[in-house]
Amino acid sequence: MSPTPAAEPAPQPPPDPDPDPDGQGTPIGRRLVLGTVGLGAAGLVTAPYLQGGFEAFLGAASTKDPTGLTGLLPNGGGFRYYSVTASVPERGPENYRLTVDGLVDRPMTYTLDALRALPQTRVVRDVQCVTGWRVPGTPFEGVPLTRLLDAAGVRPEARAIRFSCFDGAYTESLTLPQARRDDVMVALRMQDKPLSHSHGGPVRLYVAPMYFYKSAKWLSGITLTRDVEPGYWEDLGYDVDAWVGRSNGRDDAPTV
Amino acid sequence: MPRPSEPARRRTERIHRFSGAERWIHRSTAALTGLCAGTAACLYLPALAELVGRRHLLVTVHVWSGLLLVVPFLLGLASSAFRADLRRLGRFGPHDRVWLRAALRRDRVTRRPAGKFNAGQKVYAGWLAGAVLVMAGTGMLMWWTGLVPLVRRTAATFVHDWLALTMGVVLAAHIGKALADPEARRGLRTGSVDRGWAEREHPLWRHGRPGPAERGEPADADRAPAGSA
Repeated sequence: MSPTPAAEPAPQPPPDPDPDPDGQGTPIGRRLVLGTVGLGAAGLVTAPYLQGGFEAFLGAASTKDPTGLTGLLPNGGGFRYYSVTASVPERGPENYRLTVDGLVDRPMTYTLDALRALPQTRVVRDVQCVTGWRVPGTPFEGVPLTRLLDAAGVRPEARAIRFSCFDGAYTESLTLPQARRDDVMVALRMQDKPLSHSHGGPVRLYVAPMYFYKSAKWLSGITLTRDVEPGYWEDLGYDVDAWVGRSNGRDDAPTV
Repeated sequence: MPRPSEPARRRTERIHRFSGAERWIHRSTAALTGLCAGTAACLYLPALAELVGRRHLLVTVHVWSGLLLVVPFLLGLASSAFRADLRRLGRFGPHDRVWLRAALRRDRVTRRPAGKFNAGQKVYAGWLAGAVLVMAGTGMLMWWTGLVPLVRRTAATFVHDWLALTMGVVLAAHIGKALADPEARRGLRTGSVDRGWAEREHPLWRHGRPGPAERGEPADADRAPAGSA
């Protein structure tokens, strides 16, 4: 331990002593660097305890915040917009089409009105993103995927589905048993409103038990395949079977 | 406060402040920081994310600009002028305490003595170096998912997000200070500053002399690694 020169009171500014005052003295810079790194490490250790409190506080604040600024803070609650392309065309009732093809007996094409005319289902679950944000109790309404599969007549050799999107880039996949679950749907409404463009409207996939990247936005194609073909993010290292809490190295509470 | 360029008679008298290598280090670090913070904003702020999209490209640019951020610093260690300034930034003398006390109390009357760098600049440099290391560390935990098992990644995201917000505020203050002082900016742009400015803002700076590391004083040889990380 070196004695600290400033322990003694230094009332008058140093009278320009002959030895250059620059570069002399206590190595506080080094301590600042190490101290900041130490604080960061302490943050890592205490984050699991801090985060719950932050989320609760900011989540509550965001419901009463007319400026919307809390939404910009980490864990401020709400959805985050992710798109892999530069821009996504808007589609509505006049030009939206959903095709079902591949290993099926009767390839189908649906308009938005045709999808709306089919019997709808409603599922209310948490939405969990693989990057960490979670939106509690979010209602989704739409056509159960299994119903569209039955209407097209899945051939026996089909074991998986590839989903494509009208943003021109995004793809997703499910196995046939996953796709036949009753909490997997072609969603038309979210939070009791028609799906908006920024949420993947007019039609998106909704896979309740999996991380939200499986719920492809701007859905335009359902193709039955022999084997699973990994989707966009899965080619970049994310898990194909993306069960919430049991994949991608995460241990979130399951959404289903 | 008088405007830094007012002593017109002395305007011609320029004092060397930063070497070419140092100006290059500052410029490339600033460019990489801008790239890193800009892509971060486009990934993170909903309005910008909706405008820009291209998530995978942004992530790639963000990660690489962040990792490359330390390269100008490391290359710069080859420059003795840079090492000397790192040492000046790292060491705090009694006059720095006076400066900090006056600044914290918003005391405009007491003189704020400073060497080549004032105590605020020293605190900024040390904190920022540590913060960059924390960002790099937590960023790597988030990116190379196999590096640590499970839970730590959520914690890393938490630290990365909040520290990013803090750094945004601190960087904005740094840029604001620079915008308010044209002569300080001229120093980093051209390498030299006005003598009157130097005597007013950095009265203890012995600008005629080489710095301690450049002198290679044997008395300091035991503390050889100049400055800190």
